[in-house]
Amino acid sequence: MLPRPCAGVAHSEDPGLEPGQPKGKNLGQETVIKADLLNLVFQTNDGPIHALKDVDLEIDKGEFVSFIGPSGCGKTTFLRCIAALEQPTGGSLTVNGMSPDEARRNRAYGYVFQAAGLYPWRTIAGNIKLPLEIMGFDRHEQEKRVKNVLHMVDLEGFGNQHPWQLSGGMQQRASIARALAFDADILLMDEPFGALDEIVRDHLNEQLLKLWARTNKTIAFVTHSIPEAVYLSTKIVVMSPRPGRIADVIDSPLPVERPLDIRDTSAFLEVAHRVREGLRAGHAYDE
Amino acid sequence: MRNVLPVLTVVAAILGIWYLAVGPMNFRLALDAATRGGDTVTPASVAEQGQTGLIRLMLDNPDVIPAAYAFERPRLPQPQHVAVEIYQSTFGLIRRCEWQGWGADSDNWTGLSDGCLRVIENRRSLIFHAWKTLAPTLLGFAIGTGLGILLAVGIVYNRAMDLSVMPWAIASQTIPILAIAPMIIVVMNAMGIQGLLPKSLISSYLSFFPVVVGMVKGLRRPSQMELDLLHTWSASGPQELWKLRLPSSLPYLFASLKIGVAAALVGTIVAELPTGARFGLGARLLSGSYYGQTVQIWAALLVAAICAALLVGAIGAVQRRMLTRMGMAQ
Repeated sequence: MLPRPCAGVAHSEDPGLEPGQPKGKNLGQETVIKADLLNLVFQTNDGPIHALKDVDLEIDKGEFVSFIGPSGCGKTTFLRCIAALEQPTGGSLTVNGMSPDEARRNRAYGYVFQAAGLYPWRTIAGNIKLPLEIMGFDRHEQEKRVKNVLHMVDLEGFGNQHPWQLSGGMQQRASIARALAFDADILLMDEPFGALDEIVRDHLNEQLLKLWARTNKTIAFVTHSIPEAVYLSTKIVVMSPRPGRIADVIDSPLPVERPLDIRDTSAFLEVAHRVREGLRAGHAYDE
Repeated sequence: MRNVLPVLTVVAAILGIWYLAVGPMNFRLALDAATRGGDTVTPASVAEQGQTGLIRLMLDNPDVIPAAYAFERPRLPQPQHVAVEIYQSTFGLIRRCEWQGWGADSDNWTGLSDGCLRVIENRRSLIFHAWKTLAPTLLGFAIGTGLGILLAVGIVYNRAMDLSVMPWAIASQTIPILAIAPMIIVVMNAMGIQGLLPKSLISSYLSFFPVVVGMVKGLRRPSQMELDLLHTWSASGPQELWKLRLPSSLPYLFASLKIGVAAALVGTIVAELPTGARFGLGARLLSGSYYGQTVQIWAALLVAAICAALLVGAIGAVQRRMLTRMGMAQ
C-alpha cells in the first residue's frame, strides 16, 4: 500500500523566516491558500486518473512555497486548481478565503508559465499592458505600472523592444513583470525557468528572491530541480505520483539572506538531502 | 531582385514551347488550304489526310510548315501576335494624348485629354474590359473574405456551427459554378438587382471558402497555455478574439487571401460567360470564341492572368510588410 500522505504543516516556526513583512505589524500567520482533503480525478478513456489525492496544505501570506516531485505527481495540477484552471472533484480549496474562481475575478494571483508566451506583435511594454487593458486600467495608469514593473525585473529601457530582440531569460523576466503588473498578492509560477540554461537560471533565481523580499508576495513555485527548490523556498512541498499526493512538507531553516554560495553550506545540503529522502519515500525514484 | 532570372527563364521556356507548338497546332488547317489551292501534297485526298498521323503529315509535307506559321486565323496564334493584339487594344488606342492641367474640364478630373482616356473608355480596350471584371472581383473578394472570417469565428466559438458549417461549405464548392451562375443572375434580375452585385456574389461564392478553411486553422493557432493565460486574467470572449486569436491568425489569413483573390477573379470571369455579359474579360473570351478570333481569346486570357498576378502580388506585398512589423514573418 502507498503511504498516507503527510498533512502539510502550515505555520512556520520562526517568524524571522517571513521576510518582507512590514515591521510592527503581525500579518505573518494569515493563511492565503488553504486546501482541505483536495481530490481531483480525471476521467480518461483508459479509466480514471487520480491526479490529486487528499491534499492538505496551508500557505501563509508572504511564504515562498516550492512544489517538487517527478512528472505526474500533481504539482502543476495543484497550481492549476489554485488558478481555477482545473476543477477539483473533492475536498475544498480557498484562495484569500474565496473560491479559486472568485479569487481569479478579484485578481488574486498572477500566473507565470514555463514559456514566456509574449505576443510577438507587441512590444515588451505592450505585452505587460495586455492584462491591464483586459482589466480596464486607464492609459495613464497602464504607463505608470509598466514603468514600475519593468524596474522591478531590471528591464528598464527594454519597453520598446520586441520579444525576439530579447534573450530567453529576459523574455521570462518580462513575463514575470506581466504577472506583477496588476498587483496580485499571489504569484503562481509553473516551472518558469525550466527551459533556461543553468547560468541564466541561477541569475534569475537570485533576482526572484530579491523581488520576493521587496514585494511581500506569496509565491507558489513548481520545479523539477532540488537545488532550485531548496535555494528559493521557505517551505518545500515534496510530492509523489500515482496518485498525486504530498509526501513531505519541509520548513526551510535557511536564513532569509541567501547568496548563491549558500548552496555549498551543510545546512543547504541537509535540506536537499531531506527533499531527496521525501522523494524516495514517495516512490518517486521507482522507475 | 534575385528571382528575376528564374522568372525570365520560365517565361522564355513557356514562349519557346508556345512558339514550337504553333506549327503542329495549325498544320492541318494549312495543309487543308494547300490541298484546296491545288498544291501537290501527300497524301493527296483530304479523307486520307484525316486518317494520317500529324507527325507523318508534317514529315511528308515540310513545305507546308511555313504556311502553318503564316496562317491568318490560326487555331493557335503566335505569341508575338497576341502581344501586338494586347498592345493595340490597350495603349495602342491612345490618340493625341495631352496634359490639359488640373480641372480643365469639370467632367474630367484627371486633366488628360480625351485621346488619353480612350484607353479606359473605349469598348475595344482591354483595360476597359479588365476594369469591368476587376470591379466585381474586388467587391466579391471583400464580401467573400468578410463572410469567410465571420463563418470561421462562428465555427471556432460555437460548437453547433463547428459541427454543422464545414460540411456545407465543402459541399458548396462541389457544385459547378458554371451551373449556378446563370441561376443567380436570373433570380437576382427577377428581384430587380443588376450590375455589379450579381457578378460579385458569384465571385464571393468561390473566394469565401479558402478564407474559412485558413481562418479556422489560424484562429485555433494559439496554444492552450496562451488561452489559459488570458483565462487567468478573466478575459472575455471578444477580448480573446481581438487580442490573441485574430492577430495570431494573420499569417493564415494572408495565405488564404492569395488563393481567395485568384478564385474571385475566376468566379467573375465564369459569371460573365453564361450570362451574356457585354463587357468584361469573360465577355471578350466568349465573343472571341463566337467569331473564331483566337488572338482575341488569348489576349483576354493573358490580361486575366496579369490581373491575377497583380492582385496576388499586391496581397503578398501587404503580407510581407505587415507580418514583418508584427514579428511573424516566415
